[in-house]
Amino acid sequence: MTTAEAPGKMVGKAIKRREDPRLITGQGNYLDDIKLPGMLYAAIVRSPYGHARIKSINADAAKAHPGVVAVITGADIAKEQNPLPCAWAAGGVPNNVNTPRALAVDVVRYVGEGVALVVAEDRYVAHDALDLVEVDYEPLDVVVDAEAATKAGKVQLHENAPNNIVMHWTCGDEQPTAQAIEQAEVVVKQRILNQRLIPTPMETRGYISRYDSATGEYTIWMSSQGPHVMRLLLTAFVLGIPENKMRCIAPDVGGGFGAKIFVYPEMASTLYAAKIVGQPVKWVETRRESCAVTSHGRDHITDLEIAGTKDGKITGLRVHTYANLGAYCSTIAPGVATTLYGRMVAGVYKIPNVFVEVDGVYTNTGMVDAYRGAGRPEAAYVIERALDMFAQKLGMDPAEVRRRNFIQPHEFPYDTGIGMLPYDSGNYEPALDKALKMAGYANFAQEQAAARKQGRLLGMGICSYVEVCGVAPSKWIGLAGQGWGAGLWESANVKVHLTGKVVVTTGSMPHGQGHETSFAQLVSDELGVPYEDVIVEYGDTQGTPFGYGTYGSRSAAVGGTAIFKSVSKIKEKARKLAAHMLEAAEEDIIFENGKASVRGTPDSSKTIQDIALQAHVAYDLPPGMEPYLDETTYYDPPNCTFPFGTHVCLVEIDADTGKVTPLRYIAVDDVGKVINPLIVDGQLHGGIAQGMAQALYEAAVYDDDGQLLTGSLMDYAIPRADMLPHYELDRTETPSPVNPMGVKGAGEAGTIAAAATVSNAVVNALQHLGIQHLDMPYTAEKVWRAIHERNGGNGHVS
Amino acid sequence: MEIAVTVNGKAYHHDVPPRLLLVHYLREQLNLTGTHVGCDTSQCGACVVHVNGVSVKSCTLLAVQANGTQVTTIEGVAIDGQYSAMQQGFWEMHGLQCGFCTPGMIMSASALLQNNPHPTDYEIRHALEGNLCRCTGYENIVKAVQYAAQNSGHGQSLGDGGSQTNGSATMHEETKPESPETPAELEHPRRDDATPEKPTTVADWEGENAGAADDAPMQQGGKS
Repeated sequence: MTTAEAPGKMVGKAIKRREDPRLITGQGNYLDDIKLPGMLYAAIVRSPYGHARIKSINADAAKAHPGVVAVITGADIAKEQNPLPCAWAAGGVPNNVNTPRALAVDVVRYVGEGVALVVAEDRYVAHDALDLVEVDYEPLDVVVDAEAATKAGKVQLHENAPNNIVMHWTCGDEQPTAQAIEQAEVVVKQRILNQRLIPTPMETRGYISRYDSATGEYTIWMSSQGPHVMRLLLTAFVLGIPENKMRCIAPDVGGGFGAKIFVYPEMASTLYAAKIVGQPVKWVETRRESCAVTSHGRDHITDLEIAGTKDGKITGLRVHTYANLGAYCSTIAPGVATTLYGRMVAGVYKIPNVFVEVDGVYTNTGMVDAYRGAGRPEAAYVIERALDMFAQKLGMDPAEVRRRNFIQPHEFPYDTGIGMLPYDSGNYEPALDKALKMAGYANFAQEQAAARKQGRLLGMGICSYVEVCGVAPSKWIGLAGQGWGAGLWESANVKVHLTGKVVVTTGSMPHGQGHETSFAQLVSDELGVPYEDVIVEYGDTQGTPFGYGTYGSRSAAVGGTAIFKSVSKIKEKARKLAAHMLEAAEEDIIFENGKASVRGTPDSSKTIQDIALQAHVAYDLPPGMEPYLDETTYYDPPNCTFPFGTHVCLVEIDADTGKVTPLRYIAVDDVGKVINPLIVDGQLHGGIAQGMAQALYEAAVYDDDGQLLTGSLMDYAIPRADMLPHYELDRTETPSPVNPMGVKGAGEAGTIAAAATVSNAVVNALQHLGIQHLDMPYTAEKVWRAIHERNGGNGHVS
Repeated sequence: MEIAVTVNGKAYHHDVPPRLLLVHYLREQLNLTGTHVGCDTSQCGACVVHVNGVSVKSCTLLAVQANGTQVTTIEGVAIDGQYSAMQQGFWEMHGLQCGFCTPGMIMSASALLQNNPHPTDYEIRHALEGNLCRCTGYENIVKAVQYAAQNSGHGQSLGDGGSQTNGSATMHEETKPESPETPAELEHPRRDDATPEKPTTVADWEGENAGAADDAPMQQGGKS
C-alpha cells in the first residue's frame, strides 16, 4: 500500500469540492438546460388505469393541433424496436421475464404506463395535445398486493407467469434451518412489511435524442448513472444496432439514488421519435410522472422466524419474502430481491442455520428496482428487527445480544454460508461500543423509566449493519454465479500531458458524489503532482473508457482502484524513461512524490513533469518505448467490500397524538479508508436522511384499483429540513484488504442502517405496552392507534 | 403580452404568451438555466428567485406578473465573480451534492438572512421548509447558512446581487474547513491469527496467493 497518511497528502483531507463553483452559481449543466438547434419537445399519454386493454387510439385531433409534429404509438415503435432488456435475471428466473416496451402495445399494466408520444414544437403545446389523443380502454381486473397476486383466481398479468410469479428463489439450507427452529429454546415469529418507496431525485429523468440520417448514428443525452451500460443495452437489445452507432452523454445529474441506473421506455421512444421526425427530441419527466413511472424501491412482505438459546445465541433464521416487482421486470430488479437481499440477511452475526425464500411477483403497480441500498436495507431491516424481537422475548439487552453473536475480527474473511462472497474485513464491537457511548446508552434504561413516570415515551434503537459494496467480481456476479449477464469491472484512463497536467477519464458516473474531487485527491498523491493539475472527466461514451457506472457504493472501491492501477502503470513507465534520461539502471530508480531519482544520488533526479515532456516530444526514448504517458486499466475486483457500523436513534413519542420525534441520531460507520471525510460524511448524512424518511414519513400507496395515491410531492412525504434531526457521526477504520487503497464504500451505508435503527427505537419506546413490532412508516395515526389498541382505548401509556 | 423586466440588473422587453411561467421565461427565453424545476406542485423550491427582493417560487408566477419588477436569479448573486457569503457557505460546508436544489436553497436562505441575520438552527430548518433536498439530509445546509450568517457582515446583500451591494460578504476561497467529524483512528485488527489459507492481503485477493479468493466465490455462487 503506497497511499500513506503522510502530512501534506491529499487523501484523507476534508477539502471542499471542485464541482461546487459551477453549481452554486447556476452554471451547472443538467439535462433540461441543454438546447439543440431544431429541438422538439415530447410529452407522453399515460394510462389512467391499473390494467386495461387498449381497444383503439385515435390521434387525429392531436396531429391536427397547431405545433404538433408527430404522434407515435406503441404499435409504430414495435415494428422497429424490441422490448427493453432485463439485465439481471438473477436467481434462475425462468422464461417469464416480461419487460416493458417503449410504449405499451395492446395492454397497459400499471397507472402511468406510456401509451402514445406527442412531439411538438413547444413544451406547452406537447402537453396541450395529450388531451387530444383519444384512447379507448377496456378495464381489466387489478391486483396490487404481492401476496394476493400469487393466490388462485387472481388476474394474471402475463401469460407466461402463472400466479404472477417472476421467480421462486432460495438460499441457505432448508432442512437444518427447520430443525434448528424446531429444537430451539426460544423462537420469535413476525410478519414485517418493508413498504414501497419512491426514490425522488430532485432532478427528474430526462432525455434528448438525436439521429444523424447521413451516418445512421444516434446521440442521446440522458440523466443517468451509467451511460455506457445504457448504450450497450439500447443498441444490442432494443434497437439491434452496433454500439458504435450510438453515443450516450450524461451531463450533470441531479441525483439518482439508483433510479437512474436503469434503461427506461422514454430512452427508446425518444430515439425512435428523433429518427422519425428528423429533429432532436427532448423529453423531461414531470414530477407526477416521476412518482408513477420512475422505478420504485423496496416493497417486501416478509415472514421471519428467529431462533436461539436462552442465553442469547442465535441458532436459526428463516425468512420468506414476497418481493413486489411491479408490472414488469425493471433492468436489475430480480437481482436486487435475491443476491443483494437474501444473501445479506445474516448481517453481522454468526448464524449457523439460515434459509431464505423469495417470491418475486408481478402486480399492477410501477416497476420496483434498486433504490439506495438496493436489497441491503431490506436485509438489515429483517435481521436487525429480528434481533431486537429476539432480545425482547429473552428480556435481554439488545446490545448484549448483538455482542454475543457478532462475527469476530479474527474470523475474516468470513463466509456466512448463504452464497454471499466472504466478508472482507470487519471489527464490529468497537463501532457498537463507540455508538453506545456517544448515545449514553448505559444510562438510557433509567432515563426511559423516569420519563415513563412523567408520561413521556422515550425509545432508543440500535442497528449494527453490514453491507456488500464494491460490486463485483465478474465471474461471481456473471452468468455462472448470480445471473448478472455481464461483468462488473470498472475502467480508467490516465494521461500525463506534455505540460505535466493530468487528465483522468473514468467509467464511473457521479451524480452528487464528488468524484472530480476525490479522484483528483487520489491521483495527486499517487503520482505526486499538484491536486490542481489533475482533472477528472466522465459521462460521455465518446472519450471515456467503458464503465459500468456509479451505484452500489462501488465508485471508490472499483472505479478508484482502476485509476490507482493506471497511475501505477504510468509510474512504471516513468521509471523506465527516467532511468534512460538519468543514464542509470532502472532498478536504481526510486519514484517518490512525483520525482524519479537515482538511489544514493538524490540530486540526480527528474520530475514527473520532466518525464512527461520527454515522453511527449519523444526524440530520445529508450529503444522500443512508445511515446506518451497514457495508461488504461480495466479492473475486475477480486471480491466485494463490506462496510459496517452501528447506528443509534433516540425518539420521543407523544402518547396523546402518536407523533414520533427523532431527538438524536448517532452513526458510527466503518467505510474503510476515507479519501475525503467531508464528502464521506455528506454521503452518510444523506443516506441516513433517506433511511429515516422511510421509517418516519414515506410510503408509496396504491389503492385496490391500482391508482397511485402518493403521486406527487403534495402527498409523498419526502422530509423537509424541519423533519430531520442533527446527525452525530464518528468512525472506526478497518481497511478493506481487497483493494490497494483499503476503501470500502460509503454511499448507501446511512440508508441501510437508518430505517432499522429508527424502527427499533420506536418499538423500544412502545414495548412495555406489549408491542413486538410495528410497520413503517410511523405516522402519528399509526402509532396512536397502536398505543390505544394496546390500552383498551383509555390512552394511558405508563 | 409585452413585458419589461429587469433580471440581474439587465433590462429585458419581450412579447410572451400569457400562460408562460416565470421559470420558463427565465430558463427558455433568457437562458438563465440556473433556476430549476423539480416538481409541478410548488413543493420543492428548486425554482426560487427574488422578485423585488422577496423570495418567490418562479413556477407559481406567470412571466406577465413579473412585468415591471426586478428579478434576481442565482446567476445574479455573485458580483464580479465574488461569491456571496451564502454561496461561499454552501461551498465551504459541503451544503450540496448533486446541486440541483442548490440555487433555490441559496435564494431562500439568503432571503432568510435578510429578515433574520442570526437565525438559530431551528429557525433555519423552518425557514427552508419550502425547499427540498434529497442528497444532504439538510445537515450541511444548516451549517452553510450559519457560515453565511457569521460571514456576511450585517446580514445584508445575501442574494440580491443585481439590486444591492454585496456588503462585507467575505471570501475565504482557500479556507479548508476542518471536517465537522474527525475520523477516529482505530487500531487495525491484528491478522496474526488469521488462518494462512485465507486471503488477507491485496496480493492474496488479487490471486497471487490464493486459491481461496479464486475458488470460494464460484463455489458459493452456485450454492443457492
